[in-house]
Amino acid sequence: MSTTSVPATNVSQSLATPDNPIYKRRVWVNRFNLLMSLATMTFGMVFLLWILFTLFSKGLAAFGPALFTQMTPPPGSDGGLANAIFGSLMIVGSAILIATPIGIMAGIYLAEVGRDNWIAKITRFINDILLSAPSIVIGLFVYTLVVSNVKHYSGWAGAAALAIIAVPVVVRTTETMLLLVPNSMREAAVALGAPQWRVVLMVTLKSVQSGVVTGVLLALARISGETAPLLFTSLNNQFWSSDMNAPMANLPVAIFQFAMSPYEEWQRLAWAGALLITLTVLVLNIIARTLFRQKSQ
Amino acid sequence: MSKNVGSNNKANNFALQDKIFGYSTQFFALLVLVTLVGIVASLFMGSWQTLTQTGPKFFVTDTWDPVRNLYGGMAPLWGTIITATIALIIGVPVSFGIAVFLTEMCPPALKRPLGTAVELLAAIPSIIYGMWGLFIFAPLFAETLQPLMINTLGQIPVIGVVFQGTPNGFGVFTAGVILSVMVIPFIASVMRDVFDTTPPILKESAYGLGATTWEVVWNVVLPYTKAGVIGGIMLGLGRALGETMAVTFVIGNAYNISAKLFEPGNSIASSLANEFNEASDPAHLSALITLGLTLFVLSFCVLAASRWMLAALSKREGKRT
Repeated sequence: MSTTSVPATNVSQSLATPDNPIYKRRVWVNRFNLLMSLATMTFGMVFLLWILFTLFSKGLAAFGPALFTQMTPPPGSDGGLANAIFGSLMIVGSAILIATPIGIMAGIYLAEVGRDNWIAKITRFINDILLSAPSIVIGLFVYTLVVSNVKHYSGWAGAAALAIIAVPVVVRTTETMLLLVPNSMREAAVALGAPQWRVVLMVTLKSVQSGVVTGVLLALARISGETAPLLFTSLNNQFWSSDMNAPMANLPVAIFQFAMSPYEEWQRLAWAGALLITLTVLVLNIIARTLFRQKSQ
Repeated sequence: MSKNVGSNNKANNFALQDKIFGYSTQFFALLVLVTLVGIVASLFMGSWQTLTQTGPKFFVTDTWDPVRNLYGGMAPLWGTIITATIALIIGVPVSFGIAVFLTEMCPPALKRPLGTAVELLAAIPSIIYGMWGLFIFAPLFAETLQPLMINTLGQIPVIGVVFQGTPNGFGVFTAGVILSVMVIPFIASVMRDVFDTTPPILKESAYGLGATTWEVVWNVVLPYTKAGVIGGIMLGLGRALGETMAVTFVIGNAYNISAKLFEPGNSIASSLANEFNEASDPAHLSALITLGLTLFVLSFCVLAASRWMLAALSKREGKRT
């Protein structure tokens, strides 16, 4: 840049004329690359719309009251996904109930108690890695820890695997939210003579309530579509079961099994289930986003 | 006097309460660390049999024969690395383009809806990508693009062999393509976020000197955010390595090492998903858990590198402001 210290006006005039080949090339390179950028954006959107379109057209065809009232059918006959939906609600519900307190407490430690000490630093790092760790390995872990010891698959094992996936999400958002609280607020509470636990629970955590709820919702969205960790933990069950201590039907594994099967009825149900899961995940995400936006305004 | 003692008591009381509070939150933070240690330890114990009996040979043997109880992990390892590579070759340029569009070209009114759309694409469960690949993409690919690729790209000497194989739509290449669609939103949203950290004054100076939008992106924004961009790519790689459902549906499930990308293959995650529940022999289980351990170590390293790079960028950002 400093090489162009020759009379500025002359240079820029002669360089910026449309006839200058270098200028021309720069303009065309720019146009081409921006066009490519537009093309990639279109590419991304086309895939999103394509996937959503397929989901809706195939999923809605199998949607109906039977989906929610009938059990998963044996091969070659019609049925619904009632037991799988119920099982998923049980497993995901228990997982989030386990993960939320753990995640919030660990998040409080990182943001309010430990801050920059070495435990907090390592935990933050590990948490970030667990956030994107391969979920199938988490399933393997719970299998070796729980299933291989009690010798049977169970809903609890599935819930444990999903909780391990949900915790890092809650930890991360709780910490990020707490760090947004201005220090003057903490100082004001301390000046009133409040001990730290009251400051955290009644002032800082309270002021970012909706942000923490956002985190829990995102975690919920994340685990409601997870399939891989459930394969080796809760397995599947063709019948209605509310016993968390036994193999339990759940939507993702049912979808996996039905989609891979050669039976048309099963494949139709798989699409309906897929639509159900995607809608749940998208709605949860949108609620979380709206909450978060309200918070940050 | 008595009042003083009282408040002293109260202060002691508070100190005790805070100590309890501090330790109990610390307990839960340590729980996160214990989880990681537990994962590594349990996988290590599970794979002990294979590690001691077969040793490092496990990773360079390609026979996988449950009938004769011979296990070598090279084929799934190869499949994992190849599919992730294909995903990045397609995914990185596309993500870069999307990030450039969102930060430099997009009309302000569209910025948020499009950004949200990309993030929603990242939220769709991977099993949906897998199903879509199985029922929609693979048949379409087999009918249209695949024969075309075999007849044109496949005929090029030497590198043409890559584009050969059975044109039935399934195989390593399809798995890579589905994976790329899956990782694009992850990489693109990280890239967009790090591009946004470039101080406007740097960009404005370049524009003031007469640089085109592309030159600003390539010569100012990209060098400034290099670490973050690489961090984002590594994050995508970490996801691609461990992805199960999107791959299992379309990869073809065959223990096969081949340069032909249209042949069926297997990744670590897909062989686990397919075989783990059927494995009854301890040697088989142990071999599968060894694969799981390999996958975990591999993605741990990639994700750790990614975090380091992203952290380096945010630290610098903190210093500037």
